Amino acid sequence: MSKLKLIIQREFIAKVRNKSFIVMTFLSPLIMVGMGALIYFLTQKNEEKVKKIVYVDDSGMFLKEDFKDTKTTHYLDYTALGIAETKKRVEAGNYYGVLLIPQQDSLELLAKSIEFYSKDSPGMSLMNSLESKIESKIRNEKLNKFGIDIKKIKASRIHTDIKMFNFSGEESSKLINGLKIGVGLIAGYLLMMFVIIYGTSVMRSVIEEKTSRIIEIIVSSVKPFQLMLGKILGNASAGLLQFFIWGIILFVITTVASSMFGVDIVEMQTARVPVDQIDAVKQVTAGDKGAVVIQEILKLPILKIFVLFIFYFLGGFMLYSSLFAAIGAAVDNETDTQQFMLPIMLPLILGVYVGFATVINDPHGSIAVLFSHIPFTSPIVMLMRVPFGVSWYELVISMALLLVTFVLMVWLAAKIYRVGILMYGKKPTYKDLYTWLKYKG
Amino acid sequence: MNNLLEVNNVVKKYRDFTALNNVSLHIPKGSVFGLLGPNGAGKTSLIRIINQITMPDSGSILLDGEALAPKHIAHIGYLPEERGLYKSMKVGEQVLYLAQLKGLSKSEARKRLKYWFEKFDISEWWGKKIEELSKGMAQKVQFIVTVLHQPKLLIFDEPFSGFDPINAQLIAKEILQLRDEGATIIFSTHRMESVEEMCDEIALIDRSNKILDGKLDDIKRNFRTHTFQVGLDTANAKEVKQKLKENFEVFPSNFKLLSDSLTLNVKLTEGNSANDLLSFLTSRGEVQHFVELIPSANEIFIQAVNKNSQKK
Repeated sequence: MSKLKLIIQREFIAKVRNKSFIVMTFLSPLIMVGMGALIYFLTQKNEEKVKKIVYVDDSGMFLKEDFKDTKTTHYLDYTALGIAETKKRVEAGNYYGVLLIPQQDSLELLAKSIEFYSKDSPGMSLMNSLESKIESKIRNEKLNKFGIDIKKIKASRIHTDIKMFNFSGEESSKLINGLKIGVGLIAGYLLMMFVIIYGTSVMRSVIEEKTSRIIEIIVSSVKPFQLMLGKILGNASAGLLQFFIWGIILFVITTVASSMFGVDIVEMQTARVPVDQIDAVKQVTAGDKGAVVIQEILKLPILKIFVLFIFYFLGGFMLYSSLFAAIGAAVDNETDTQQFMLPIMLPLILGVYVGFATVINDPHGSIAVLFSHIPFTSPIVMLMRVPFGVSWYELVISMALLLVTFVLMVWLAAKIYRVGILMYGKKPTYKDLYTWLKYKG
Repeated sequence: MNNLLEVNNVVKKYRDFTALNNVSLHIPKGSVFGLLGPNGAGKTSLIRIINQITMPDSGSILLDGEALAPKHIAHIGYLPEERGLYKSMKVGEQVLYLAQLKGLSKSEARKRLKYWFEKFDISEWWGKKIEELSKGMAQKVQFIVTVLHQPKLLIFDEPFSGFDPINAQLIAKEILQLRDEGATIIFSTHRMESVEEMCDEIALIDRSNKILDGKLDDIKRNFRTHTFQVGLDTANAKEVKQKLKENFEVFPSNFKLLSDSLTLNVKLTEGNSANDLLSFLTSRGEVQHFVELIPSANEIFIQAVNKNSQKK
């Protein structure tokens, strides 16, 4: 037992002292935050350029207030100049495009005969906004024709917001659903990345011991199984350490960021809400909104997610890294690992894609449930489901299956490992690996 | 108990290939035992079994009278032919780690390590990484790793490969001193001159079978051909040669003597003794040189292996 401790210690220290670990741990969160900020900054910049749009309204139906200027779009009425002259000017001048509203006999015809000319093809959002402006104007005109009082219609408009609860009485909302998806996906994806990064690190370390030939010294002192287990546990501890450090960094950054850019975050949120909901969102002032986001985050079962992340990370990592160790033992150098890597990567990637595809739609759908029980995908898919609330018996079954499988896999991998570490030369085939499984002693 | 290690009827098979076929060895306490054999004979398989890296299919191994068990790991030191250490780990940390795996406490390991580092005058390497050392330097570190836990049984597989003559001499001296301090040494090598220098007993393994074993002197006695290398200062070389042929087997020899003498290899035939040969020679001239040709370990090795391959 104390030998196992020694091995774990050595593997942990060897990993943690490595420069790449230090860089990865402290730099990557900063890079991620930096990237996020950069993307936000760039999108802002992208929209910052003011578009000047000219309209020629021959129908005489539209008023100045129908085309209200916004931060990024200015509307100019060139009706007086006539279509031909306007087009010429727009083409020559610094304008974005021109909207032509012709004179038509009926509103139906008018709705179909409006044209927009521009140098570049316009973005979807611009066209949507133009179309909705025109639609609402024409709709109002029609309502007027039918003799319906628009003021009454406006007064009759009401917004419903169904409050969602689960049976334990926790309130949820659309916002929190989005957060749940986000947290689940990030956790699942992060787990996959951890398994791959640390799994390959185990594999490399096995290959290093083999090529440096120290393996023969070590296995004359400890059982190969102890060495393999120590290696896996040592790397797992390094992974957990990295995860904790990231957690702390993330916490610090979000605390600092939300106090500095609190309002910005809210604006980003509202920008993404579809047009229909804008009214509803506007009812809440910006300041309240920030508080709501934080409240909703706090409502997530953070501790549960955290604990389960650690469990599934350890389970999934042990399962996969034992396979990575077996591969490392089977080959003499890293280039030979490729043919064996695919079958390992496949279920991991499948887990992430299945998770992305199914959990977003229905976290409790049959495919999502199935894949959150198959041990090779369960760490990823289950983590994605956890924020939505998973019944305890499902968790117990999934965790038990994972435990049993990882014990089985470690046992099988150890058999390949034990033989492989002392084999040099020819690259083994799957058939060779199978015969190694049957070797005794 | 005179034998530290007894290997009894050990068989090891890898699928269709038999690596060791019913091999038995008895290694006396406090001896240097040469484990010899061509490449692929089964030496490494046997060494791995003694180190409990692999298990024999059948047969038993006793260390100091007890069946080999995991607790014996602490009593065995092994220097594999393919040397290796963690390249990016520091020398001191690495040796401490490997010593602890052999069951030494950290403080004890540190104490002994200091002794060895001072002895080899390499204390300043403590904080260096293995990759910064030359091959010979790394070999010294590896030697220390092998002996640090003061094992009863030391297994050296080609211990001199990679050492320059001066360091090889140093290591040979250390090995013999370890023997004098009570350790038993298994010495596996192809370098027969070092076998002559170091080994008390040898065993020869060829194609999975032990084909020869025993005290080196006894084996040499068995392999002696009763051939003598003679140098005779005589005026009548032709006649002497003729006369010799009547009673002995005579072979040409081409060794050099300072005087211009007749040089021959003479093999005694049935009923002749060395004295008969010598008295004949003294009667014919002045004997300059008279030495029995004792088979070298190298010759014994080649002869035995060739004989074994003819049998097959």
